[in-house]
Amino acid sequence: MSMSAEIRDSAGALPALEEESGRDPRSDRFVFSWWHLVLFPLAFLMLIPMIWMIITSLQTLNETRHFPPILVPSSIQWQNYTEVLQRAPFARWFLNTLVVTVVVVAGNLLFCSLAGYAFARIKFFGRDVVFILVLATLMIPFQVIMIPTFIIVRKLGLIDTLGALIVPNLAGAFGIFLLRQFFRSLPIELEEAARIDGASRLGVLFKIVLPLSGPVLATVAVITFLWTWNDFLWPLITIYNPDNMTLQLGLTTFQGAHQTNTHLLMAANVMSVIPVLFLFFVAQRFFIRGIATSGLKG
Amino acid sequence: MSVSVRRIMRSDHVAGWAFAFPAVALIVVFGIVPILWSALMSFQKTNLLSTPEWIGLDNYRALPKDPLFKTSMVHAFIYAALFVPLSVGGGLFAAVALNRHIRGIRFYRLAVFVPVVVSTIATSIMFLWLFDPNFGLANWLLGLVGLGPFGFFTSSDGALYSIIAMTVWGWIGFDAIIYLAALQGVPNELLEAAQLDGARSWSIFRNITLPLLGPATLFLVVFSTINAIQVFDEIYFLTKGGPGTATYVPVLYLFKLAFEQGIAGYAAAIAYVLLVAILILTVIQLWVGKRMVYYAS
Repeated sequence: MSMSAEIRDSAGALPALEEESGRDPRSDRFVFSWWHLVLFPLAFLMLIPMIWMIITSLQTLNETRHFPPILVPSSIQWQNYTEVLQRAPFARWFLNTLVVTVVVVAGNLLFCSLAGYAFARIKFFGRDVVFILVLATLMIPFQVIMIPTFIIVRKLGLIDTLGALIVPNLAGAFGIFLLRQFFRSLPIELEEAARIDGASRLGVLFKIVLPLSGPVLATVAVITFLWTWNDFLWPLITIYNPDNMTLQLGLTTFQGAHQTNTHLLMAANVMSVIPVLFLFFVAQRFFIRGIATSGLKG
Repeated sequence: MSVSVRRIMRSDHVAGWAFAFPAVALIVVFGIVPILWSALMSFQKTNLLSTPEWIGLDNYRALPKDPLFKTSMVHAFIYAALFVPLSVGGGLFAAVALNRHIRGIRFYRLAVFVPVVVSTIATSIMFLWLFDPNFGLANWLLGLVGLGPFGFFTSSDGALYSIIAMTVWGWIGFDAIIYLAALQGVPNELLEAAQLDGARSWSIFRNITLPLLGPATLFLVVFSTINAIQVFDEIYFLTKGGPGTATYVPVLYLFKLAFEQGIAGYAAAIAYVLLVAILILTVIQLWVGKRMVYYAS
């Protein structure tokens, strides 16, 4: 995801979609709105690919080979799911993806916070030049760097290991930029007072600055999470052994091997989507704010 | 330790570098170095294993004579020309519809936003089935209104457009989130004042809301164009560029060159041409945007 467009120097306030605005919600809530006639078809159109995936995942192979399609399966085939788990190392792929994502998110939060704070608050030799260099990488599309990065990762002996997916992604310009902008918007007096009381730079960052930065840290975490969990091209280049694959890569090999077993393919796909959907439902506020921020500040 | 050394150790230079170093080192090794290396490679003949051979501008000279490169670029521009207006326009439409307090609005919003978190591969698998030429739901539904049947991803005329339809579905939610955040920043007083003056709702939207959404629109157009020119995952998964070369796009082409055929120098040249194309498009869009977009504050 190239976050290149118009890097503006406006930070601080994070946009959030309010569930309830200041307007009186009672006035129109219980009156029928003509907008339902727009919104219902729209919602239907957005959901139909997923609903159809779920229905198919519960059908028999014979039911999937039928035209016109059978919309209601005669009986629900839960065993499609267990069969997928027997046929492919899905648990392994899930675990790999989880490990990579957790480590990459944690690395970004730590390293981008440290660097973001240095760029925001500490005057050190070469700071501005280095910061501009970091920002420049935001504008470079991935395909420009992927060939040399592949060679570097190979030299490090990381090809076909989870390390290939983790190490190059432990810190990113986007997180550094977002955190630096946020840190600069905080009142500096608190930090100065703590410094006078003898706190170290590290102490100030961890005890004063970061506790005030919950929302922006959540934004970095959400964007990094989505990006890492769903990444496809880089794992495709660096991972060959099925045991080291991530979910996205595993799904493509599963699809290649079970092209005509649509019911199994759909069951596998449902399982790959469920973790992200679950997280999206429980942390909706953070996801939406994170995405809105990535856009406006991008 | 002498006093001066201690002072340096405690100075901001050391602290600043110590804080910035891990992230900066990673970005230099996996960002800056590859950018320069890739530029170097574009002047070389190399297959990722052997010693590279310097060939000057030969890679770039070969590009205009390469029909597959030309086809790929044409497809990328067709893709962008349709994907950008459809996804941004669709996102605006969805956001305006979702920006109200009616019963069920949480459900409607969720339905529109959900595809944002679904991966490109999962989306492709869903649509591969939805658009199945023989048993697909899409052919059945279109057949009910007298259209089709279509080959979708398997037809050389329709594959690129089918992929566009799918990626628009995948991105409308993202655009809607950005627009909805922008819509909620439109001051109520402005809308109410216009209403009191007797303005019709279409004219309020056209003359007040839409101009205030300018920055969001500019961002989305630039961002979506960059994404469109770089489309890869869906095409690699669904068609591998086929049928024939009907869905060849630049990133797929350079991926195949570098990692399947070992023609890495030429692939690097394509990557740089693509980078320049993206930069030119972005600059044009920002330049036009600057003239058209009104920034409050």
